[in-house]
Amino acid sequence: MPTGQQEECLDIFLQQMINGLTLGSVYAVVALGYTMVYGIIQLINFAHGEVVMIGAMVAFSVINALVGAHTGLPPLAIVMTGVLVAIPVCMAVGYTLERVAYRPLRSAPRLAPLITAIGLSIVLQNLAMIIWSRNPMPFPQIITVTPYHVTGNTDGATITNVQIAIIVASVLMMGGLLGLVYRTKLGIAMRATSQNQQIAGLMGIDINTVISLTFVIGAGLGAVAGVMVGTYYGIAQYQMGFLLGLKAFSAAVLGGIGNLAGAMLGGLLLGVIEALGAGYVGDLTNLCQIASWSDAIATRCASDPNLTLFGSNYQDVFAFLVLIAVLIFRPSGLLGERVGDRA
Amino acid sequence: MSDPVTGSSGSASALLELSKLEVAYGGIQAVKGIDLHVDKGELVCLIGANGAGKTTTLKGICGLQPVKRGTIRYDGKDITGRPAFELVRNGLAMVPEGRGVFGALTIEENLAMGAYVRDDRAAIATDIERIFHLFPRLKERRRQTAGTLSGGEQQMLAMGRALLSKPRLLLLDEPSMGLAPLMVQKVFETVMTVSQEGVTILLIEQNAKLALEVSNRGYVMESGAITLAGDAKTLLHDPAVRAAYLGESAA
Repeated sequence: MPTGQQEECLDIFLQQMINGLTLGSVYAVVALGYTMVYGIIQLINFAHGEVVMIGAMVAFSVINALVGAHTGLPPLAIVMTGVLVAIPVCMAVGYTLERVAYRPLRSAPRLAPLITAIGLSIVLQNLAMIIWSRNPMPFPQIITVTPYHVTGNTDGATITNVQIAIIVASVLMMGGLLGLVYRTKLGIAMRATSQNQQIAGLMGIDINTVISLTFVIGAGLGAVAGVMVGTYYGIAQYQMGFLLGLKAFSAAVLGGIGNLAGAMLGGLLLGVIEALGAGYVGDLTNLCQIASWSDAIATRCASDPNLTLFGSNYQDVFAFLVLIAVLIFRPSGLLGERVGDRA
Repeated sequence: MSDPVTGSSGSASALLELSKLEVAYGGIQAVKGIDLHVDKGELVCLIGANGAGKTTTLKGICGLQPVKRGTIRYDGKDITGRPAFELVRNGLAMVPEGRGVFGALTIEENLAMGAYVRDDRAAIATDIERIFHLFPRLKERRRQTAGTLSGGEQQMLAMGRALLSKPRLLLLDEPSMGLAPLMVQKVFETVMTVSQEGVTILLIEQNAKLALEVSNRGYVMESGAITLAGDAKTLLHDPAVRAAYLGESAA
């Protein structure tokens, strides 16, 4: 039945889109943390991924403790408590990074704070390992994942309540951030500071406070992102921030680093590219399609019709392929303006 | 270095008083121990050729350039080395050289930043209307980004923005630089209006003739030192000034 096959294809596509948008909105929220800091002091804060990880670890600790204590609280309240503890902790970490590590280097050559950022990332990872051990922390089974069908097909594409929550929370945070940056006095001061710190000072803006707040806000968003991604995968561990951070950084570069809308767009696009890539790379590189070319392949295909060159375990490659492509073809990103070369 | 003629010595009514101020710019000592004062309500100009150290002097006052030696007193208090953002809160505003508007912010947002140190929203709105009355061009373009304005309009915006902080002392760095003659005229008219409204002004200019014409007093700066000071009208007719800065050959 050709129509049934078409429907199935559409369902698979929709499912990849939904998964991609879910992950993409997490990338977008993390990418905002990179892009805000870059926008204001032209620093790539490589430790931001670790802030996200700390957010997940703290929240999971709180959630596990509450579940273990049998408080009888509803699951949503437990998760929210975890988030509300993680946010101030991450904000404190973000503030401390800026105050202790980056501020003294503000007039140093570009490379110094960049290397410092990488160093901080390693330090935070190891601290997390000491505090929480190497073992992954599971997300307790307190939330029943309910799938909802998005098409008429009963075994077709679904969106779960967790996915909906992640997407909605991300959209709310992005909207809130845009409102802050474009509608409030503090937001205008942030944009003024990003353009010219000296002139901003002449307006009476305490740029140190504004820069600190930028880190703090980015870290707060990162904390929520950490909880979201941890909940989505059902697991948190001390190394999770590394890859997530690199992907979000790629997303920020894709959108145009320093540009808020760019980070959002880049994050969503990257999530979708990754999901579609992982979903279709197996089919596209299925060696059985060329079984007639070689007897060796034909024999192996006879026993395994899904013999593929690249499987969905190549998912992580796509983010970096995108990063490389952007750097080659459009270094300023999709929405970024052309800037001179900066380290 | 000749002993500078500093006009009257620092008086009790001085709003700004520099004594033996030395400021280095890069490795060069651009300001070599100058004395200068601006009394309340005065419009004083600091003139001199390019590279004489005028801008460095202003930057030293505003805390944008570290002071090497000497003191700066504002409103009776020592403000030497205080950061710019603190000074604005005490009524000392500066319009930097080259305007320094935030090009990616709209005109309204630029003006809002001028009023950053204030909390009285209603009064700010009234004052913004007054700025728009003073510079109607800005009102027409209030939602455009400041980067789209002409040089003269940007100067208007920079001045309007500085005025919104309700300054008691306004430092203007080369407001006429790079502007068409008609705009220069407009800028100087504005400077006079602001001065008449009671704002004390220290004006830095290369256009010595216009600056001296609008000012009460003037200082002439050369190679980091004050070489002449006094009543603006007197300086305007001083043969040395005329020869050096007004393009006349010494009679």
